[in-house]
Amino acid sequence: MDQASLTDSGTQCDFSLLVDGLTLRLTAIGEWTLSTVGNIDQRLRDAVAPLEYEDVDFDFEGVTELDTAGAYILARAIRCTPDICFPFNLSGGSRGQQVLMRAAADASMGRAPKQSRQWYDTLVRMGEATERFFEEAFDTFAFFGQFISIFFRQLLTPHTIRWKSVVAHIEDVGLNAAPIIMTLSFFVGAVIAYMGANILASLGFQVFMVELIGISVLREFAVIITAILLAGRSDSAFTAQIGAMKMRQEIDAMQVIGLDRFETLVIPRAIACIVSAPVLTFLAMIAGMGGGLMVAWFVVDGVSPTLFFQRMRETVEIRHFWVGLAKAPVFALIIAVIGCRQGLAVTGSVESLGTRTTKSVVQAIFCVIAVDAMFALVLYEMGV
Amino acid sequence: MEIDRNLPPVEARDLKSQFGENVIHEHLNFRLEPGEIIGVVGGSGSGKTVLMNTLLGLKEPDGGDVYYFGYNRSELSFDQRQSINNQMGVLFQGGALFSSMTVRQNIMLPLKEHTDLPLPLMRELADMKIHMVGLPAHAATLYPSDLSGGMKKRAGLARSLALDPKLLFLDEPTAGLDPIGASAFDRLILDLREAMNLTVLLITHDLDTLFTTCDRVAVLVDKHIAIADTLPKVMEYNHPWVQEYFGGPRARAALEAGNG
Repeated sequence: MDQASLTDSGTQCDFSLLVDGLTLRLTAIGEWTLSTVGNIDQRLRDAVAPLEYEDVDFDFEGVTELDTAGAYILARAIRCTPDICFPFNLSGGSRGQQVLMRAAADASMGRAPKQSRQWYDTLVRMGEATERFFEEAFDTFAFFGQFISIFFRQLLTPHTIRWKSVVAHIEDVGLNAAPIIMTLSFFVGAVIAYMGANILASLGFQVFMVELIGISVLREFAVIITAILLAGRSDSAFTAQIGAMKMRQEIDAMQVIGLDRFETLVIPRAIACIVSAPVLTFLAMIAGMGGGLMVAWFVVDGVSPTLFFQRMRETVEIRHFWVGLAKAPVFALIIAVIGCRQGLAVTGSVESLGTRTTKSVVQAIFCVIAVDAMFALVLYEMGV
Repeated sequence: MEIDRNLPPVEARDLKSQFGENVIHEHLNFRLEPGEIIGVVGGSGSGKTVLMNTLLGLKEPDGGDVYYFGYNRSELSFDQRQSINNQMGVLFQGGALFSSMTVRQNIMLPLKEHTDLPLPLMRELADMKIHMVGLPAHAATLYPSDLSGGMKKRAGLARSLALDPKLLFLDEPTAGLDPIGASAFDRLILDLREAMNLTVLLITHDLDTLFTTCDRVAVLVDKHIAIADTLPKVMEYNHPWVQEYFGGPRARAALEAGNG
């Protein structure tokens, strides 16, 4: 015989235990509900753990209320092996309470306590992230290849291209982006002019700021600003648009109807980007030079607009302009393809739409800058 | 606040709802008896979901009163409203699970918000609810997007039961389920009512559900509850819509199946 009886003032539920042979008598009193059982859980577990018994007799005569939480905690007293639970009896409970106890016993049966293995989990997650990186890279290249083959097939049969859609996207990607890109480029041009003027003035070569502005804006900044703006503006929009369509099974519906997702979604966006980007880059060049000119004219002494243009014609070769402009369609293609691919990779959940959009922008900017570096290397070796 | 289980969990008196000029309900009287399962039927657009939203408190009535356990809703303070809300669980049509959380986290959310149980216990209680609604144990760590339609409904039901509500609203619980899944869901509702002493209001078009689970059937027609009674009495009710609804071939088949 072993008895462990506890009474605690303040709690609205209580229990007493009595072991008789291999049977435990558990007498519960009071209200065993979600709001009351928080404290008693551990106590009951500690009280039951050292006892030796097999069957349990529950006495619910004094129970005023029982819900699933109470039943679950009481059912912990039932001894279980992974396969079977020892039987239990219930006296004094309503039929509903019996059903509840059975459900609770069922639920707690055979659930081994989980162990957390932090180190192991960290390593696993690192491994998974590495694997994901390579998978992403592989998938992006595969998608790019698929895109290229369909793109050239469509270029050979131009009437299959959805021109209406292309024009609509050009408005969004090109026209609507022009003001913001020009404004930013203007500021960047002005900043370069300021910095150049300061540093070059200390050397006495203030007039070289024209070359500095001309070459840096034409060759790099105009196209990079355009590309980054496109990545932030259009690439994320592509991912979100296509991803939302994917979530609502619109893409599946299109496939069933016989519309190719590349032809209807990816190609028009890509063409819109390829067409818009050089124009935007050209506008960005003009705005960037304008910013430089403004600073030279109003802030720096000794560099008049006439001198600015004269030096520009004499010293800044036209090849810088062509280099900048040539990079634009390549960046545009990268941005469009990454945006569309990430959109099509969205699965059902809202969260995946969010992560894919983030990934899309990050990857697009990363790729643009990486490819720009490759351009610089190759063009330097070529002497262009 | 004290809640008397013997009072009607929800009662609507002279309820009126309208959207602009469009009157949805007028002079609608409706009362749930404790412990019953009541099915609400009505044609498409008759305002069944609006009625449920009004009873839930998601929509303010444009006239009339809603009573919970004898308390008039418009006279309750914010805290009282909250404690009444905790007595109610809802299963929305699509499950309305939070897609950024696993099933277990979905079920734990109401517990975290409204109780101060230790976290491991919450987790175990969530797992118990998952078990009670008949989901496999591994469903706990899945995200809603990984679940089938039927599993989503069960997971949504588990979340609505998280706080052990006394009153459960189900909006088209068996819509979109296959007949086997639907009848399993019907049985589940009956079992849960018994285990948890629930009062259930369910909106349904599924005649099998009406025949097998509902104690009473309320007919929402002509902007009010025309009749709320046991099924045989409702079927005899003399109204063209009711006669057409229960006189159709589908209803007869369901009735025969229910009797057999």
